[in-house]
Amino acid sequence: MSLKIDNLHVSIGEKPIVRGLTLEIQPGEVHAIMGVNGSGKSTLAKAIAGHPDYTITSGTVTMDGEDILGWESDERSRKGLFLAFQYPNEIPGVSNANFIRAAVQARLGEGEELDAVEYYERLYSKMDELGIPREFTARSVNEGFSGGEKKRNEILQMMMVTPKYGVMDETDSGLDIDALKVVAAGVNAQRGPNLGLLLITHYQRLLNYIEPDFVHVMVDGHIVQSGGKELALQLEDKGYDQFREPSPALVS
Amino acid sequence: METDKAQIDIDRSAGDFSYPMNYEFDAGTGLTEATVDYISGVKEEPEWIRDFRRQALRTFFKKPMPTNWASRDLENIIFNDIRYYLSSGTKPKRSWDDVSPEMKQTFERLGIPEQERKFLAGVEAQFDSEAAYSNIKKVAADQGVIFVGSTEGLKEHPEIFRKWFGKVIPVGDNKFSALNAAVFSGGSFIYVPPGVKVKHPLQAYFRINAESFGQFERTLIIADEGAEVTYMEGCTAPKFETATLHSAVVELVALKGAKIQYITVQNWSNNVFNLVTKRGLAHEDAEIKWIDCNIGSRLTMKYPGVVMKGRRARGEVISIALANDGQHQDTGAKMVHAADDTTSNVVSKSISVGTGRATYRGLVHVPKHLKGCKNNTECDALLINPHSRTDTYPAISVRGNRHAMQHEASVSQVSAEQIFYMMSRGLTESQAMSLSVNGFVNDLVRQFPMEYSVELKRLIELQMEGSVG
Ligand SMILES: Nc1ncnc2c1ncn2[C@@H]1O[C@H](COP(=O)(O)OP(=O)(O)OP(=O)(O)O)[C@@H](O)[C@H]1O
Ligand SMILES: [Mg+2]
Repeated sequence: MSLKIDNLHVSIGEKPIVRGLTLEIQPGEVHAIMGVNGSGKSTLAKAIAGHPDYTITSGTVTMDGEDILGWESDERSRKGLFLAFQYPNEIPGVSNANFIRAAVQARLGEGEELDAVEYYERLYSKMDELGIPREFTARSVNEGFSGGEKKRNEILQMMMVTPKYGVMDETDSGLDIDALKVVAAGVNAQRGPNLGLLLITHYQRLLNYIEPDFVHVMVDGHIVQSGGKELALQLEDKGYDQFREPSPALVS
Repeated sequence: METDKAQIDIDRSAGDFSYPMNYEFDAGTGLTEATVDYISGVKEEPEWIRDFRRQALRTFFKKPMPTNWASRDLENIIFNDIRYYLSSGTKPKRSWDDVSPEMKQTFERLGIPEQERKFLAGVEAQFDSEAAYSNIKKVAADQGVIFVGSTEGLKEHPEIFRKWFGKVIPVGDNKFSALNAAVFSGGSFIYVPPGVKVKHPLQAYFRINAESFGQFERTLIIADEGAEVTYMEGCTAPKFETATLHSAVVELVALKGAKIQYITVQNWSNNVFNLVTKRGLAHEDAEIKWIDCNIGSRLTMKYPGVVMKGRRARGEVISIALANDGQHQDTGAKMVHAADDTTSNVVSKSISVGTGRATYRGLVHVPKHLKGCKNNTECDALLINPHSRTDTYPAISVRGNRHAMQHEASVSQVSAEQIFYMMSRGLTESQAMSLSVNGFVNDLVRQFPMEYSVELKRLIELQMEGSVG
């Protein structure tokens, strides 16, 4: 049982972005990936989630032993994978409550109808947990939301669809200190033997609130160093230069 | 639960079925004066109508196709290959039990009798050229409301019929209004007496069953002073290999202080040329509102209009058009301000899917001598992918400076990222697309009666299902 990424190579167009990345996340574990801008973190996240523009040139991704690369993104999601977007999209005219409801409904078997009362009870309690005001049920998905509100809304969705594996792409960016604590508390409440998490972040601060079991450093499309949470502190201290491969100019 | 499922399956066929029929009356194929005389003869019409039809036919032949501004696809209508009149009698039944089994079954599959029981004040169900069924509930009839087919209206209520018939839309308004005037059959005639507010909607359902057929219903609605009425029409046809023509004329008259709301949800199959002229005349303080949902058809040309003839009259057009692969929705609105302090509002939303094309044509006319007129026009287009197409041709002719005009237009696209976002939440591609489309039209749909907004939502889902994969 795990989300297993093995020697994954991802290209956008002709350009290789993720280059031989290997990572295994067991249920109950929290992994953090830190890496310089443009190192391919979001590309990795979207490729796992099945973005059609991202070509897997080699490698495998399996979820609990099943190869997920042949599945469309919706199937991956229904089978238990969740991606909290770095830049969530807006869906004009579709209320947040209806959207999340459609996502929850999509997980039910054919002919099964979501109980509306139960759904709203659960939605409201999760919103309360995340400090999201009730008016957000009626507002269009992410439309006019502030950066932090969008991020909170991502976590709300994650809580509502209860995935087996969650990838959170810079959920902390854009959150104020108080919001960060609230969101972290929400995520921590979800933590447990049934959820494996991959946090992508630039800031050690997040990891004070959601303590990772493993920290990975990503440079140029692959992981150059893995360790415990102390690795994040070391990064905060010394930066990424220590992990960068020497540039060809210097070698010659 | 089992039976519920079966019900849904019928809905999903979206009207794509037909029954073989033995028509008692058949004007044959092609259009000549003999065709017109045949129709008039079957209907046992008075001489003035026969002359009216003959004259209209001459106008139709004389008028060129409007291909100088409209789609050249019009040239593919072969008028000589069309059948202009098919019926099994001109007298609609008052009870579903008396309707012929094929027709009854057709309307049952479309859910008409059920809707009637649930929330309508009256129903007319037209099968090809004539109404198979027409009935008004007692409450409305007791208030003096007349709701019959055009043939019956002409015969039984000549004094009201003749006064308004052809007055809002003259025969020569356009080539297709002339065609309709020549061969019209079916449609509704409604009269609501002064002060009567019809509580529940009256509904007509237009069903094309025969291949290579032309349906030319003619509807005339008169709301007398202070009266109020809502009329809804639905329409479907099976998918045939050959082109089908639907060319209706609808005239509305709202006398002083009256209110008419006219709602259309069409779901034509994509072999239908749908060329319809709709216009209302609003007297002092009267209000006419067209709610027009155009889904399906090969080419739809329809620009509902309101002539605001009396002071403070109001006109409104709310339209939603969905052009799927290979379809062209050429729709819009005509607002003619002909008195002071008149107000018009146009909100148009179009969706183009695949190679579908949506065109908006608007006309707002305010002559120089008036004052205090207001118009608001808003047209928004949504493109589902880069091959889809949308065009906007607003024509606003406003003379004088004592008016308030406002015009807004927008084009947006459902992005691949947006679809990916929704799919990453577990929605299928078609669910994601219908959600985007429904979101786009949501603020308009909220104004519809509940039953129709549900139907529209389902039709959009059906269209999106068909367009994915
Ligand atoms: N659609 C695209 N077309 C071309 N290049 C792209 C595209 N998307 C991403 N890239 C490039 O791929 C590289 C990796 O981008 P990615 O978004 O995965 O980085 P990241 O590690 O998430 O960075 P950040 O920390 O800034 O979020 C970048 O150089 C980016 O410009
Ligand atoms: Mg990123």
